[in-house]
Amino acid sequence: MSALLSVTDAHVAYGKVEAVRSVSLEIGQNEIVTIVGANGAGKTTLLSAIMGILPLKGRVAFAGQDLARLDIEDRVAMGLGLVPEHRELFVTMNVEDNLELGAFRIERSKAKASMERVYTLFPRLKERRKQLAGTLSGGEQQMLAMGRALMGEPKLLMLDEPSLGLAPIIVADIFRIITELRASGVSVLLVEQNAQAALKIADQAYVMELGEFVLSGKASDIAANERVAASYLGFQHEGTGVL
Amino acid sequence: MNTTIMLFLLQDGITNGAIYALLGLALVLVFAVTRVILIPQGEFVTYGALTYASLAAGQMPGTAKLALALGIGAFAFDLFVARKAMHTRLIVRSFLTNIVLPAIVLALTIYFAAQKPPVAICIALSLVIVAMIGLYLYRIAFQPLAHTSVLVLLIASVGVHLALQGLGLLFFGAEGQRGPAVLSTAFTAGSLRFTGQSITVYAITIAFIVGLWLFFGLTLYGKALRATAVNRLGARLAGIRTTLSGQIAFLLASVIGALSGIMIVPITTLYYDSGFLIGLKGFVAAIIGGLVSYPLTAVAALVVGIVEAFSSFYASNYKEVIVFMLLIPVLLLRSLAAPAVEEEKD
Repeated sequence: MSALLSVTDAHVAYGKVEAVRSVSLEIGQNEIVTIVGANGAGKTTLLSAIMGILPLKGRVAFAGQDLARLDIEDRVAMGLGLVPEHRELFVTMNVEDNLELGAFRIERSKAKASMERVYTLFPRLKERRKQLAGTLSGGEQQMLAMGRALMGEPKLLMLDEPSLGLAPIIVADIFRIITELRASGVSVLLVEQNAQAALKIADQAYVMELGEFVLSGKASDIAANERVAASYLGFQHEGTGVL
Repeated sequence: MNTTIMLFLLQDGITNGAIYALLGLALVLVFAVTRVILIPQGEFVTYGALTYASLAAGQMPGTAKLALALGIGAFAFDLFVARKAMHTRLIVRSFLTNIVLPAIVLALTIYFAAQKPPVAICIALSLVIVAMIGLYLYRIAFQPLAHTSVLVLLIASVGVHLALQGLGLLFFGAEGQRGPAVLSTAFTAGSLRFTGQSITVYAITIAFIVGLWLFFGLTLYGKALRATAVNRLGARLAGIRTTLSGQIAFLLASVIGALSGIMIVPITTLYYDSGFLIGLKGFVAAIIGGLVSYPLTAVAALVVGIVEAFSSFYASNYKEVIVFMLLIPVLLLRSLAAPAVEEEKD
């Protein structure tokens, strides 16, 4: 079966500075793929370009269709969803309105069922459904951002640093939900600085350094790689002095 | 000053203030959704008013032809954008809204103008014509610039204003016009006389404000418009097209403008360039509302109307000066209260 998303030889530049160089990536159905790497490696830039927020040189195909001439809104309608790092919620509107708008491109009759599914995944959102999005806690805002993206019934959900700035207990919750998403047929592209947690749930992984993929493979193999362990997982391998 | 005069001025001020409130709300809406400061709002007022007055007088208004011309322009833009990926459905839809619709309206206008139509038909035609002009102007002048800075959009806005004002002179001449009253009844309560026209102004203003409130609070498209205003990227990620939001905002603004014009023109003689000053007063209210707050804008508009009425009694030569001076303390206060904000990029 062909890949759900395939990126071939992608370059993304801010003016003259190339933030992403010659990157290729594939995501299959029902797969969690993670991109790990340090701050500034180009992970967010790559996600933005796949979504159509930034211009990309190279080829991006989703569900067999070339995305080159499609706007962000068309990509959303095709089933590509992005939860950006800054969440981009409608802060002066309540939780329910935020979710309802997430289903803007979906038939009204289906939207109702979608909302029930989101409330089952995130019961906290149901409790807070009349509260303004801007008054939610960080973790709740992350749940709302994910919920809003899920309302659009994406086939692939791209998550940018979903655990950033959240309490460990909420992070665990969010990672559990990501695995539930895979079980329900949604593929996930996960960008994380918390490499340990991301590699634990992912099927495939890519390691990004200075705009390039330096390593890729099965997530379990990447997690076992010494260099990755030293750079991103906070482990010291044998032979290096520990204080 | 006795109480009668005061009440009279107050009534006058509230009537004008109600109109400024509508215009101010439209300005806030358009700015919030598209970041365009809509200088041509005043032209929507004059176009609505003078189209209505011309039709009522049995003359053919040039605005109907302008709508068709702009529609052709808008269709050309759509074709140009779609040149590489021809979606038949999109092109047919564009053809229907940009060419067929204004052509039908033009035919109807030619037909009715020859036989002095009833007031209701004049109003309906004027509203539709100006609404189309607003919609096509967005497509031609603002949609291609949607990603640029507020300043570029403002320059485009000034350009559109100047062009429309010139065309207004061409269509309606330099002479002022008045239109027939929508309601010609009147009654007195105490020393105050309420004309059918002023009652119409209050009723329509209140109905429109309630209607807008319901639209924004309850409907999906209303919420989508608010969402675009709150967070453009967030709205796009939810699949809401900023162009759709822009179209709705411009449609509402042009209808509100035209409606205001139709309500004023039976009370005051309007010239091709009168709209600018009327629009500016709505703008003063919108600025007092910080270009974001609808309730504050509505209240400020009433204050503007009342200040205008009283200053035209006490110092009629300075009435405009006094109204626009209201801005200075407001801006001073705002600049002290809020830190400097850099323009948001998206």
